[in-house]
Amino acid sequence: MDTVNEKTLLSKGAEASLYVANWYGKKVVVKVRIPKRYRPELMDKQIRNYRTIHEPQLMHEAKVAEVPTPLIYLVNIPKASITMEFVEGLQIKQILNRVEPDKRKEICVAIGELIGKLHRHGLIHGDLTTSNMILSPEGKIFFVDFGLGEKNIEVEAKGVDLHLMKRALQSTHYLFWEECFKSVLCGYSSVLGAEAEEKVYEKIKEIERRGRYVEERKQ
Amino acid sequence: MTKSAKRNQKEEGYCLGIESSADDFGIGISSFKGEILANVFDGYIPAEGGIHPREAARHHSEVADKVLHDALTVSGVKPKDLSVIAFSQGPGLGPSLRTGATVARALASYLNIPLVGVNHSVAHIEIGKLKTGVADPVTLYVSGGNTMVTAFEAGRYRVFGETLDIALGNCLDVFAREAGVKHQKGVPLGAAIERLATKGKNLVSLPYIVKGMDLSLSGLLTSATAQLHNNNCCLEDLCYSLQEYAFSMVTEVTERALAHAEKKEVLLTGGVAANKRLQSMLAIISKEHYAKFNVVPMEFATDNGAMIAWTGILAYNHGLITPLKESFVKLRWRVDKVDVPWIQ
Repeated sequence: MDTVNEKTLLSKGAEASLYVANWYGKKVVVKVRIPKRYRPELMDKQIRNYRTIHEPQLMHEAKVAEVPTPLIYLVNIPKASITMEFVEGLQIKQILNRVEPDKRKEICVAIGELIGKLHRHGLIHGDLTTSNMILSPEGKIFFVDFGLGEKNIEVEAKGVDLHLMKRALQSTHYLFWEECFKSVLCGYSSVLGAEAEEKVYEKIKEIERRGRYVEERKQ
Repeated sequence: MTKSAKRNQKEEGYCLGIESSADDFGIGISSFKGEILANVFDGYIPAEGGIHPREAARHHSEVADKVLHDALTVSGVKPKDLSVIAFSQGPGLGPSLRTGATVARALASYLNIPLVGVNHSVAHIEIGKLKTGVADPVTLYVSGGNTMVTAFEAGRYRVFGETLDIALGNCLDVFAREAGVKHQKGVPLGAAIERLATKGKNLVSLPYIVKGMDLSLSGLLTSATAQLHNNNCCLEDLCYSLQEYAFSMVTEVTERALAHAEKKEVLLTGGVAANKRLQSMLAIISKEHYAKFNVVPMEFATDNGAMIAWTGILAYNHGLITPLKESFVKLRWRVDKVDVPWIQ
């Protein structure tokens, strides 16, 4: 049985609502994937079920890969809800534009290391944005929101993952996305080695060339 | 119009905009206040298959004269009243773009007035804003060549999400051709799919691929085409399912961008904006995020010259002109590479 009390809405994201609640005296986050009326019921149910089952599994595996993620307390598949630890701290999105350049570099290198650790274990986050990373007061970076993640060891998946990180930096931290992404790659290669990093980097370029209206694309 | 306003308008003149990035050749004429006085186009219809760039360009050069004549006649504007020539400089198909650019250069040189190169994607957003009155939207731009979610941040339209491979309109068109649907004048392939889809009832399982705020449609197309050729299910159900999957994916990424960018307006534009089912999906997410939902009127949602003319005026008013020697077309001119100084 769920015994989650005193739910208060923390944030309403695109696919899920996050509530802060009290669960046996613990401060928890309840993530509820709300039904999406725009898509057919059957498809909606399949997507929400799939993500509700996979997200906690991937979050657990991420811990094995030495990437901090919130502890999972409860999963309720019919309700598409996940009850997890409340991580104190600030989203990287909120702080990255404000910190000193040295600190920014340090954060981005740390993010790169964490992505490297995930990829080393064949884990793909699937939605690497700075809103899905939380800097705790102890200076640890937590990754959250593995709803679009998967287990995949192919270079293609790793490339897309990093491409998404790059895109998130470009759209939200456009003033210094280049140095940020460089630092991310630097941290990434410190975990996976320069050779593996080079391979993924080439893949990112290939993925980008596939897109439409990309200058690098061959005629 | 007051007397002084009339004089101002005469002094300012009009902008003639030329659009030729893909299969349509269009010319629009706009006043500096944004009154669209003409929006004429002629579309190239391939004998078979998709757009053949060289054939499209040949079509454009053949109809340019007539479209220009019609635009001037409809608007009642004399060539001497024109003060700016704008043209679609990219992105798009090279041969098509070059044909429009050539016409633009010739007109600007002959009339001795400035030339303004306009980004096609920016123009889609700007005409949408003009025609619907939205100020700062999250825009979903879906057409045969584009699938992207943009919003304005710090001087430019930033791309929040886009397709990693083919465009939504392209996905629907190719499927329609695989299914043997013929392209007729006035009935785009996407409209034929939409009609078939309304008769579909059973959801066929297809791949749903959303990666962050990006999406991939090529796998969906491959899978739908394979099922079509296997004769496992009826065409109506497949059209229905293809639409439901593809539209759910673009709707999900638009919703993500909306939540992320925290805007209060949603704008739907591009040729696929005509689809009622897609409109209804976006209306739902807009409501859920307390955002106002707007669809660009069809005449201005597909490729058109009016959007180029209006965006030309915005650019020209901010001192942006394109010298002849820099008026080469830019096939891969991304929307997020363009400064838009007219937005504060």
